[in-house]
Amino acid sequence: MAAVVVSSLADARRTAAPPRAAQEAAWVRWLLIAAALLFVGGFLVLPLAAVFTEALRRGFGAYFAAFADPDAIAAIRLTLITAAIAVPCNLVFGVAAAWAIARFNFWGKSVLTTLIDLPFAVSPVISGLIYVLIFGLQGWLGPWLQAHNIQIIFAVPGIVLATIFVTFPFVARELIPLMQSQGSDEEYAAIILGASGWQTFWRVTLPKVKWGLFYGVILCNARAMGEFGAVSVVSGHIRGETNTMPLHVEILYNEYNFVAAFAVASLLALLALVTLGLKTFIEWKHQQALAAIP
Amino acid sequence: MSIEAHDIRKTFGRFTALDGVSLNVPRGKLVALLGPSGSGKTTLLRIIAGLEFADAGSGRILFHGEDVTAVPPGGRKVGFVFQHYALFRHLTLFENIAFGLRVKNRRERPDDETITRRVHELLKLVQLDGLDRRYPSQLSGGQRQRVALARALAVDPKVLLLDEPFGALDAKVRKELRRWLRRFHDEIHLTTIFVTHDQEEALEIADEVVIMNQARVEQVGTPQEVYDRPASPFVYQFLGNVNVLPDPALAQAGGSTGSPAIVRANGHIYVRPHDIEVGRHINGAPGISAIIRYIHTAGPQARLSLEQIRSREPIEAEISRAVLEDLNLKIDDLVLLHLRQSRSFTEDYNI
Repeated sequence: MAAVVVSSLADARRTAAPPRAAQEAAWVRWLLIAAALLFVGGFLVLPLAAVFTEALRRGFGAYFAAFADPDAIAAIRLTLITAAIAVPCNLVFGVAAAWAIARFNFWGKSVLTTLIDLPFAVSPVISGLIYVLIFGLQGWLGPWLQAHNIQIIFAVPGIVLATIFVTFPFVARELIPLMQSQGSDEEYAAIILGASGWQTFWRVTLPKVKWGLFYGVILCNARAMGEFGAVSVVSGHIRGETNTMPLHVEILYNEYNFVAAFAVASLLALLALVTLGLKTFIEWKHQQALAAIP
Repeated sequence: MSIEAHDIRKTFGRFTALDGVSLNVPRGKLVALLGPSGSGKTTLLRIIAGLEFADAGSGRILFHGEDVTAVPPGGRKVGFVFQHYALFRHLTLFENIAFGLRVKNRRERPDDETITRRVHELLKLVQLDGLDRRYPSQLSGGQRQRVALARALAVDPKVLLLDEPFGALDAKVRKELRRWLRRFHDEIHLTTIFVTHDQEEALEIADEVVIMNQARVEQVGTPQEVYDRPASPFVYQFLGNVNVLPDPALAQAGGSTGSPAIVRANGHIYVRPHDIEVGRHINGAPGISAIIRYIHTAGPQARLSLEQIRSREPIEAEISRAVLEDLNLKIDDLVLLHLRQSRSFTEDYNI
């Protein structure tokens, strides 16, 4: 059995290899591979390993003690709440925008497509500042908000708004090319068979794009939990109240509390690793689904 | 149910897809919409299905005398088969075919047992029984085509519309499937329109052929009518090979065998290669003198490529291989051509 697998693998490799004339010289190949490995090791693996070693420097006791701190718990909770609001909002928005852009031709379509990318184009700090300028005490709506006793800046609503803004493109960006490449014939077929618009969406459109959608949501969630710049501007850094995990890490670090800082950072790093794992799994599933398209 | 379209106009921006097209499909007939790409045939089919709308203020669609112009596609009771089938890729064959029944509102929706029975009936009808758990990606093109048909039939449509039903299949499957469709139609007698750009396909299986060109209907008739009596140069050229001879004098020269055509002064003469008689050259005899340039003998008939002596224009003739042997013709032989049957059209029809 094993021999069969090995030989079929060898076959696969033989057929996959490009023709001799298209190959580089051996030393060029090794040089390129070594450069790539060195780069990945130095810039990605080493820092990641450093996070976990630093976090565990004083043993597991100190590591877990960092999470027992009420401020840390508050930061973790706020991060989860923010993601729990921002991700569903962007999910709905992303599907709606992708659907409109992929299915219809309307005036201003190219402008909308460009605007969806705006959060990627501007610095996160600017994204935060926009909200301070609108909702802050000196901002446009500041006096009115204060008169009605509503606080947005330096409070949870501001953090959620800034996060939604920053993570806004992920789902839409993922779905638009997918929906455009799939076309609308299946939807037309469903409508002719008597399905309503709602039935068509749930029974045909959504299943068609589910892997792309899932991928977009995972990326959106990773960014929502990890966002620093925009959130930093609107948060006000009130411990136990308006600190998210990335902000909490910074505060601990500035207080020379390295073990706790790296412990919380390791949680974020773990999140990143899980995200990457999920992403790889979804890409694999998606490739399978694509290969199955008639 | 009969299908009528009256004076349908459709423009996309500055492009006119349909320019006042009317159509009448009698009940139970199999009708082909035939034309080159861009002639508007698919647009017409989609307008009949309700997937596109004719330009505001133009035209009406009637099913069985009833105006359905404003009825949405789901309410028209049409079965539609898409060119690339548009099967639901995430559903099994069973669920694909059951789709139209499952989305009905609660009062009209059949129970699970009835759905199961109906789906199996349909699978049997399209000769795919036993494959109900497969996914569309696990089927061949011809099988997908039949699933699409079964799915369309599940909701008991009153008319069936097929968009290039054999366009995505290879030549052999194509032939088999189109004969199957003809037999199938004879069994179920559903009024059917299919779109095709393949004249052979249309002439072989349709009861009636509607030939379209540049947003208009050129001719309507049975396959024999349109082939034997084409109404315009376009139809003549579209339905098979044809020689276009610019000089009307030639027709008189070769008209000795009793051509039915009336030759107008500035007309062109259209003659099919198999309507040209080839004989040994005799000095002074009437006919068109030509030199044989090539002889193609692959196939049931021998095709001769010739060059006319007087005008230096090329001309093609088709004769049986037996005649070719009898005459003992070779390349560079001088021969005399007679037009057995030809047709002429006045200049304003010019293509």
